[in-house]
Amino acid sequence: MEKKYYVEMRGVNKSFGSFQASKDIHFGIEKGKLIGLLGPSGSGKTTILRMLAGLETEDSGDILIDGNIVNHIPASKRGIGFVFQNYALFRYLTVYENIAFGLRVQKWPKAKIKARAEEMLQLVGLEETAKRYPNQLSGGQRQRIAFARALAPEPQLLLLDEPFAAVDAKVRQELRSWLREMITRVGVTSIFVTHDQDEAIEVADEIIVTNQGRIEQIGSPKEIYRNPQTPFVAQFIGQSAEVDNFRQFTGFTNAESNAERAIVRPEYITVAKQGEFLKYSLDAEEGVVEQTAFRGNEIELKIRLKGNLLTARRLLDDAPVEVGEHVRVFISRVYAFDEQKAYVIENAALNTQESLVI
Amino acid sequence: MKTQNKGGAVKWLLVAVSAFFLIVMLILPLVYVLITAFREGIQPFLAAVTDPYALKSIQLTLEATVFAVIINTIFGLFAAWSITKFQFRGKKVISTLIDLPLTVSPIIAGLIYVLTFGRQSFLYPYLKAAGISIIYAVPGIVLATIFVTFPFISREIIPVLTAAGTDEEEAAALMGANGWTIFRRVTFPHIKWALLYGIVLCTARAMGEFGAVSVLSGHLRGKTNTMPLYIELLYQGYDFTGAFAMSAILVVMAVCILILRNVFEYRGKKNEE
Ligand SMILES: Nc1ncnc2c1ncn2[C@@H]1O[C@H](COP(=O)(O)OP(=O)(O)OP(=O)(O)O)[C@@H](O)[C@H]1O
Ligand SMILES: [Mg+2]
Repeated sequence: MEKKYYVEMRGVNKSFGSFQASKDIHFGIEKGKLIGLLGPSGSGKTTILRMLAGLETEDSGDILIDGNIVNHIPASKRGIGFVFQNYALFRYLTVYENIAFGLRVQKWPKAKIKARAEEMLQLVGLEETAKRYPNQLSGGQRQRIAFARALAPEPQLLLLDEPFAAVDAKVRQELRSWLREMITRVGVTSIFVTHDQDEAIEVADEIIVTNQGRIEQIGSPKEIYRNPQTPFVAQFIGQSAEVDNFRQFTGFTNAESNAERAIVRPEYITVAKQGEFLKYSLDAEEGVVEQTAFRGNEIELKIRLKGNLLTARRLLDDAPVEVGEHVRVFISRVYAFDEQKAYVIENAALNTQESLVI
Repeated sequence: MKTQNKGGAVKWLLVAVSAFFLIVMLILPLVYVLITAFREGIQPFLAAVTDPYALKSIQLTLEATVFAVIINTIFGLFAAWSITKFQFRGKKVISTLIDLPLTVSPIIAGLIYVLTFGRQSFLYPYLKAAGISIIYAVPGIVLATIFVTFPFISREIIPVLTAAGTDEEEAAALMGANGWTIFRRVTFPHIKWALLYGIVLCTARAMGEFGAVSVLSGHLRGKTNTMPLYIELLYQGYDFTGAFAMSAILVVMAVCILILRNVFEYRGKKNEE
């Protein structure tokens, strides 16, 4: 049976002049989900969001909301909540009036407007700012008011364009979990744009990765992370080092597929000092530490292995490793890719018993 | 503030030169206008000003000004709105055309209308049949005034609208607001002071317009003479008291407008913060 989607794009294209910003966009989102639209700058994320909202008109293809084609329904009739990248709060209206705006234009009864606006202020925990103007708020407060304003008219779909871009790193971290919690509580289907992979992985139920106007991959954060389908996703997600010929590493010599190049992520590299216990010791190779860096809860190492510079990590409590030290390196998995596809390839040692040192 | 100390002498010299220039070129003549107007006492002044032709010219000037300001306010808002909020072909052309009256001599503006609506024009028979006279009549004067003042309002609003961007309007539209609500509650507060400022400039220019109006008026005393035209007429007839009395009124109006202008500019700046 086909899945029932709440929001769908079917083969949508959009050009600005001769520049094609969206190429054959195709996806479906189930009701109540929080979706992350992730991609580098200029990859067409905002364009997708604006077409969903009706602020931009698609050149071809269909947009469906709740099973109905909405291509010709204007933005004002789509009933979508939108949080702009720079918030776009009404400068000359108070916080209270900002939140009440949508309710007033939709002709809610007076008493209900007041109740709803106060409820929203309470939801975002900013009751005391009701009489202020937007320029009297901090960045984080503005973000939350923009969120309250978008949610006040009870939209069925909430779109957020880089909701955390304009606040500093610490506030961003707070707002992230706050937003996740709010959206779960309100239960509104939401799509948020970000170019920060950590943000997408941490917050989203499902991630849509965009690149150069195309969708590269759609999947849960775990799938995107562990099973990248395209070369771009393999490179874009995670902190990765690229190697030109992964077959030179022990355990990958007879790997299937024609791919040559591969991405190696720190998560799949184990580093042991000479004499330290290493599980797949027979398949480990010797590398030289070129750099060590303290990263809060772990130590990041740059290791030269057969001419390739790889990034690996060791725990803070592990025995310290020096620059220039010869260490043993075991690579458990790489993401190999050719022009079109990415393949997950595991070290052959993981499937054979003999190499285990007991 | 080292640079300021060093530049002390230069600064005062520049200030002094500017002040001297302003006094000689602007203030002295204006004061002289007022003095001359009242030279023979208040009686001749009042007599000159309450002359039926004088009153008629004041009335006509006010009429033309009010028309020009109303029409240009509407036109200015539309033009500024369409130029800043929409993307379309020919946008550059329109925004350049708006500036045309600033670059074309007013005399030529007048002549353009004479050619368009005068006897030589192919429109003339139709206008005549419909009983409408434009040249050497009040409508011509209003047209000329509109022409020379039409950039003022849109030129003031366009930068403000450009700076404000379209995000707030889009946000309002997404919440279901119609065009009028968006204009009234979101756009208008942004442009309020710039609009008033533009209206004031437009008023000042409309009251003082001479060249274009002169071509179209036909100088019919008591019919098509605005204040500046009437002043010239008196002056040509060696009635200096009369000419300066009328001038004094124009000068006082201009000063009032100047004060208003500064108030609006100040409020607008404060509003920006
Ligand atoms: N109105 C427009 N006119 C012309 N080109 C546009 C317009 N809007 C977007 N583009 C182009 O389309 C491409 C995609 O833009 P979009 O804003 O969707 O990117 P994005 O993924 O949101 O990037 P960012 O992360 O920087 O916000 C960009 O190359 C941009 O220059
Ligand atoms: Mg964007």
